[in-house]
Amino acid sequence: MASFDKKHILKIALLAIFNALAVWSAIILFVQRNYPILAVLVVGIIIINYVYLSSKTYPAKYILPGTVFMILLVVFPLLYTVYISFTNYGTGHILNKEQAISRIEAQYYRPEDPREFDFKAFKQDEIEELKLLFEDQEDGRLFLGIEGEIEEVTREDERLLDTTGDGEIDEINGNQRLERADIIQNVAVIEQMRFSYNDSEMRMRDLNSFALYRPAFEYDEARDVMVDLRTNEEYRPVEGRFTNDEGERLSPGFRTYLGWDNYQELITDPRVSRPFLRVFVWTFQWALLSVITTFGLGLFLAILLNDQSMKLVKLYRVLLILPYAIPAFISVLIWRGMFNPTVGIVNRMLVNFGLSSIPWLHNIFWTRVALVLVNLWLGFPYMMLLSMGALQSISGNLYEAAIIDGASRWQQFRYITLPLVLVALGPLLIASFAFNFNNFNVIYLFNEGRPAIAGAQTPAGGTDILISYTYRLSFEAGRGSDFGLAAAVTMLIFFITAAVTWFNFKFTGALEEVKENE
Amino acid sequence: MNNYTPTWMKIAKHAVIWLMIAFCMFPILWALSASFNPANTLVGQPLIPERISFSNYETLFTSQQHPFATWLINSVKIALIASFGSVALTTLAAYPFSRFNFWGRRNGLFMILLVQVFPQMLAMVAIYLLFLNVQTIFPAIGINTHPAVIITYMGGAIGVNTWLMKGYMDTIPRSIEDAAFIDGASGFQIFYRIILPLSKPILGVIFVIQFIGSYSEYVLARVLLNSTDRLTLAVGLHLFVAEDYGGRWGVFSAAAMLGAIPIIILFMLVQDHIVTGFLSGGGVKG
Repeated sequence: MASFDKKHILKIALLAIFNALAVWSAIILFVQRNYPILAVLVVGIIIINYVYLSSKTYPAKYILPGTVFMILLVVFPLLYTVYISFTNYGTGHILNKEQAISRIEAQYYRPEDPREFDFKAFKQDEIEELKLLFEDQEDGRLFLGIEGEIEEVTREDERLLDTTGDGEIDEINGNQRLERADIIQNVAVIEQMRFSYNDSEMRMRDLNSFALYRPAFEYDEARDVMVDLRTNEEYRPVEGRFTNDEGERLSPGFRTYLGWDNYQELITDPRVSRPFLRVFVWTFQWALLSVITTFGLGLFLAILLNDQSMKLVKLYRVLLILPYAIPAFISVLIWRGMFNPTVGIVNRMLVNFGLSSIPWLHNIFWTRVALVLVNLWLGFPYMMLLSMGALQSISGNLYEAAIIDGASRWQQFRYITLPLVLVALGPLLIASFAFNFNNFNVIYLFNEGRPAIAGAQTPAGGTDILISYTYRLSFEAGRGSDFGLAAAVTMLIFFITAAVTWFNFKFTGALEEVKENE
Repeated sequence: MNNYTPTWMKIAKHAVIWLMIAFCMFPILWALSASFNPANTLVGQPLIPERISFSNYETLFTSQQHPFATWLINSVKIALIASFGSVALTTLAAYPFSRFNFWGRRNGLFMILLVQVFPQMLAMVAIYLLFLNVQTIFPAIGINTHPAVIITYMGGAIGVNTWLMKGYMDTIPRSIEDAAFIDGASGFQIFYRIILPLSKPILGVIFVIQFIGSYSEYVLARVLLNSTDRLTLAVGLHLFVAEDYGGRWGVFSAAAMLGAIPIIILFMLVQDHIVTGFLSGGGVKG
């Protein structure tokens, strides 16, 4: 079959491109000495090639691309979050230990009586780096400094020219010596120049001289201590920082395993746990209030609209679901403007009706009220649509029987409509609870979780829910990131979400659905 | 219900519904009015502007500091590619789950069900750090690139969508495939020529749901993108108004109107499916 051959070539070509990219990244990973990821990549390459070249793996050929994406972007991040929650990953602890050690070992100090060198700078044009000629102040030996390296030279070296014959060297390989005024102009550049000399480093000292700086620290790998070479003090790694006996710590820190510290901090450190507890409680209140208010209004409207004799029902339906059709981020931002306490329309209307204006967005309680109102606006159309569907499925016979028995309208609602709708929509109400539990957009776009809780050490706001709290712990500018603590809070959200969903699966029999597929 | 409904009650019903419609429409009309009001401020805005002007809309397309047009294009581009990719991946993945019996099938379905329980944004820290590391190998898909956002969105919804898609494919009768098989169609031909065309309705619905979801997504885009000209509309607009709302209300409203209209149209096209889709999928629009 010709079409088979064409397809075959296409498949091989795609696989070849994939392999080329994969091998390229494998080489980079090897150079970076990132062996764990490299191992995963190699296994991945083998599996993918096997699946697409073997004839025994038919279903896997279809499933594999989606699986790879799901593993990389959902499963792996979830597992990685678990790992991060047991570490101190965050500002000050971004590097791994090896990187932190080499950063600390790159710190130099100026000894009290340093070796000093007079220097002259030479320059050819704007692009090339400056070349420096050093003269040891003690013994007059000459050193040429080019691109960070030092090389001892003799006065007779053919690169050094004295064109004016005054005994001063004023040209190196076509680079002209800079006058003092030019050195002042270039001082910012020269200040940044570093030349390694044996185990020390040469840095600019003043306009005439460079001095030899000595390394301040040395890492003793056998004993896992950082030694301060000035004082011979020893710094031991404690919670991701090298710390001496007096508790002084070196920067930068490194990321390390902390065990349950992050979790413990959430519970026992009052500056963290008190605001966290408030966020935790409000998250439940928020999710519950959201479901109750949207479902209440949605069901109420569905009952009003569930009347065949009523005119304009179709028009009403379209107009009433409009809030649901607008992207939430846009409508929340519109509401944010309307609730602006000083110039927003809501307060202007209140004042016009002779009431006093309300500190929306500034007062925790009123911001929460506003949030529930906004979420009611966003969410009731969905509940209305669901309820309309559920109402249609209730048999009219039930109501006829109830009327014959003399039941009032309220009794019909209380004992027929509500229980049947709740049974039909129960799982969706639970899903809606889980959704609002993590409804980041409404909370964060409306007021960024503010107003702040007074006295909180972490950036916890009075309207923050757990998910927006983790965002602020991780990414809020100005406070530094605490990925470890944020991941620990995320783990809590995992467990709550999992519990709610497990309950829901029991309710809907979703697990049975999987079993039916046996 | 066969209850007798008195006339006053009918009128009351309509009145209540109109009151609710007013509640629904109020923010939308308010923003629409502001978008045509040249004043561009929250202070003292009347519902019906004294004079209609397009100056706010002009600002949208000319502002150097806040490139709304670029944000809108970014959002549409990211959402289009991510939805297309997601539909392709889920269609391929759902097909064997619906049609073949293979080792690990049940566990695979269970995994999908389990994974889609956890919203992807919960792992925002891990996803951020993942792309931070990817950046050292492939800068083209690192932090602050659109491919990073697109890939993230593509991976995020595979669970739910595969579940939905498999449910739909299960309803396609097998006899059609059997007939094609007898006529000598290969495995891939059966998928491409029979299953795919018959799944068109659900493909369209998943595409649109995914498009709306990606277009409206905020937090992952916020975490992954940082330079002004690469932001999506959701992130850009939020940063725009978070700085100073009072003096930017008109321009914001114009952007809100332009940003909402395409989604409203898409939504109305698939609204019936969205509700039934969610009835089986258990999700809620974000």
